[in-house]
Amino acid sequence: MKLPIFLDNHSTTPMDPRVLEAMLPYFTEKFGNAASRNHAFGWAAEEAVDAARKQIAKLIKADAKEIVFTSGATESDNLAIKGVLEMYKEKGTHIITAVTEHRAVLDTAKALEAKGLATVTLLPVDKQGMVSPEDVRNAITDKTVLISVMLANNEIGTINPIKEIGKIAKEKGVLFHCDATQGVGKIPVDVQDMGIDLMSFSAHKIYGPKGIGVLYVRKKNPRVRIAAQMDGGGHERGMRSGTLAVPLIVGFGKACEICGEEMAAETARLTKMRDRLQSAIMGALEETYLNGHPTNRLPGNLNISFAYVEGESLLMGMKDIALSSGSACTSATLEPSYVLRALGVGTELAHSSIRFGLGRFNTDEEIDYTIKKVIEVVTKLREMSPLYEMAKDGVDLKTVQWAAH
Amino acid sequence: MAYSDKVVDHFNNPRNMGSFKKDENGVGTGMVGAPECGDVMKLQIKVQDDTIVDAKFKTFGCGSAIASSSLATEWLKGKTLEEAQKIKNTDIVQELNLPPVKIHCSVLAEDAIKAALADYQKKSETK
Repeated sequence: MKLPIFLDNHSTTPMDPRVLEAMLPYFTEKFGNAASRNHAFGWAAEEAVDAARKQIAKLIKADAKEIVFTSGATESDNLAIKGVLEMYKEKGTHIITAVTEHRAVLDTAKALEAKGLATVTLLPVDKQGMVSPEDVRNAITDKTVLISVMLANNEIGTINPIKEIGKIAKEKGVLFHCDATQGVGKIPVDVQDMGIDLMSFSAHKIYGPKGIGVLYVRKKNPRVRIAAQMDGGGHERGMRSGTLAVPLIVGFGKACEICGEEMAAETARLTKMRDRLQSAIMGALEETYLNGHPTNRLPGNLNISFAYVEGESLLMGMKDIALSSGSACTSATLEPSYVLRALGVGTELAHSSIRFGLGRFNTDEEIDYTIKKVIEVVTKLREMSPLYEMAKDGVDLKTVQWAAH
Repeated sequence: MAYSDKVVDHFNNPRNMGSFKKDENGVGTGMVGAPECGDVMKLQIKVQDDTIVDAKFKTFGCGSAIASSSLATEWLKGKTLEEAQKIKNTDIVQELNLPPVKIHCSVLAEDAIKAALADYQKKSETK
């Protein structure tokens, strides 16, 4: 077992060796520009891109023509939201989204609002992080042009009721964008069945390379149009100009193919490991709280708050395991996780949270090691914690007057 | 952001971690910070003849907060009450190589020291 262990697969994933192998010829042998129509180098590149489009489309039950390549899910989110607002502004400028969305969606919506180009409704979530379809329905006005709700949350793993929301969107004639970055390749996604009109996802979350993403743009029922945000050359049917990153695209295609083939077995394996990690930790330690939905969550995700212990110190104590935390101390802005706060978890428990992200290459041995370390470090930090001491003495921490500075 | 060696050392080998007995004489206790901020420090001093003979800490907070309070107890031992008042957060920052984003941890430690001193002062006046 090699240290350090990587258990932060929601932030990124190691590339699958099979993906790397598929990409290599396109760097030095078949290095042509896919837009070069007049020679064999271009034709070979174009062929590879077409094949990848098909592999990617197959995973989400879309048509290859509906795949638009971008630099990543952040760009896809930007393209979807800005592209729709610009194109449909005669109809209206109202966007509905949710408080737990990724910054790529929230900041994009906020930026449009600041420029006076959109009004944004931010829907709340319930205690387990789920968006309510009824809330979506009630927020729709005749000026609404876009609903954007993520498939699965990157911090707490909760899976949203996308199919129900898709139905409502269809009923009301509003376009539905889904940021599916954490879900594609891990849980079954069917854009037809789920009523999705636009969908963002990227390769580096599913054992593919960083730097490449897709925006799925529906062509039929209805035909969705978006205003390009990158001009110059008219690539991707005029929706996103720029020379295609052929090796990255080939890698993305291969990554999707592997996910499709191995999803069922991998889901079973990851669920088992994650459940074992969860019950061992929560069984051995008192006052631990699961953040997110208990069953409707991504197979590899676990997010636990450990009362009386701060997240960054926990990570420090487990320095040979790569994890992440919702604590303010671990964020660049010194703000605790806004996702956990939206759950109503309370800032103190937000500071005490750890996110575990299991992935394809994690082993049972690594899970055993992690279980041991977590119990050891939490116990040590609770010994060091004045809050734990007070709680053990029977003090109700909610009644204490803190001398905050 | 890699942690400085000194911070890691204090984290792995905290100095004077713990609490004095509740009814022990000559003890001043300072509790600062708040759980919602992610930082709470409890600092205790045991005083004899105006000199701090022992100190203890307990902290809920990040590695830098733990190191700052651990270091504070190390420095307090052997100082007079007057000398202890002079400990500045900037001394802590320098000793532990704290990056700008962690300076507030040292400020909290200085607050904790002052709170413990004030508490001892109050207790000895009411005797």
